[in-house]
Amino acid sequence: MCTMITQSVKIDGSGKHNNEWIQLEQANVSFDHPFHAPYEHTLNIDFVNENQRVAVELSESAARDLVQTILSVLNQAETQGHLEKQSV
Amino acid sequence: MYTTDMYEGVHAETVTMKGANGDEINAYLAIPLGKEKSPAIVLAHHMPGWDEWYREATYKFALHGYIAISPNLYFRAGHGTPEDVAAKVRADGGIADNQAVGDLEGAMKYVRALKESNGKIGIFGTCSGGRHAYLTSCRVSGFDAIVDCWGGGVVMEKTNPKMPVSPHEYTKDLSCPILGLFGEEDSSPTPEQVKIHEEELKKHGKNYEFHMYPNAGHGFFYYHRPAYRVEQTLDGWKKVFSFLEKNLMNA
Repeated sequence: MCTMITQSVKIDGSGKHNNEWIQLEQANVSFDHPFHAPYEHTLNIDFVNENQRVAVELSESAARDLVQTILSVLNQAETQGHLEKQSV
Repeated sequence: MYTTDMYEGVHAETVTMKGANGDEINAYLAIPLGKEKSPAIVLAHHMPGWDEWYREATYKFALHGYIAISPNLYFRAGHGTPEDVAAKVRADGGIADNQAVGDLEGAMKYVRALKESNGKIGIFGTCSGGRHAYLTSCRVSGFDAIVDCWGGGVVMEKTNPKMPVSPHEYTKDLSCPILGLFGEEDSSPTPEQVKIHEEELKKHGKNYEFHMYPNAGHGFFYYHRPAYRVEQTLDGWKKVFSFLEKNLMNA
């Protein structure tokens, strides 16, 4: 069942929802039943703001690969001097 | 058993009922037509929410002669698609046990008060709903049968403020017969956890019937998920209706 394993983190960015870009405020990360992906449990990320949700459901290996890839891309960007201070 | 010369009808609709703390919540109610009195069943929906499968299951019980009600246990999380509402509840770590028990007790009182009720009421749940159904049938009197389908977390290793007591610890208070359907390949509940639950039922002299299906995991009734197992599902529904007939129709 429902593992109820969940954590949230405040985020800053945008996501595409119903063909429109929306501002995202939080990511809810869980390892629990998916609604769509064909597995019993998946690593789920709900990128949300107060009323809207952009959802992904990933197999465990896909989630691990994604994390490594994100970190690798960020490291590469840092090495090449692209991580200038972001202004909001 | 249905034959093609029978009249068959079901009145199904969304209703409002009183749940935990007297809060008004909504519920899906299905009443078989053409019968003066019927037994009833309360459905505790699963973690993925108050979704289409649960409305279909509610309707299915009515087709089989039961007044069926499925309260929206996620009502307080607001409205939206069942998935979006369930995602909010998931992010919040689930709902509190006391709230679920109060809502399911409210559903039981709602159907008991219907003029079509024969006074016999069962409770059915799958996944977290199986757990909530078990918890409710232990903590609340008035149920005549419970069906727990792969309720995970009936035997909890770690509790939390929303789920402060492992449901199996209430087993001595269970006041009705229980049917349990499980899959050998399930990771929650594991066959070992089901065994612990069964030992507890045995210890307290409870009337129980547990079935552990080979080649089945979690949620093997769900035809829209890869976990679906047709043979186990057909046999499982047969066992559900036979158990309910024995305890609610012919008791």
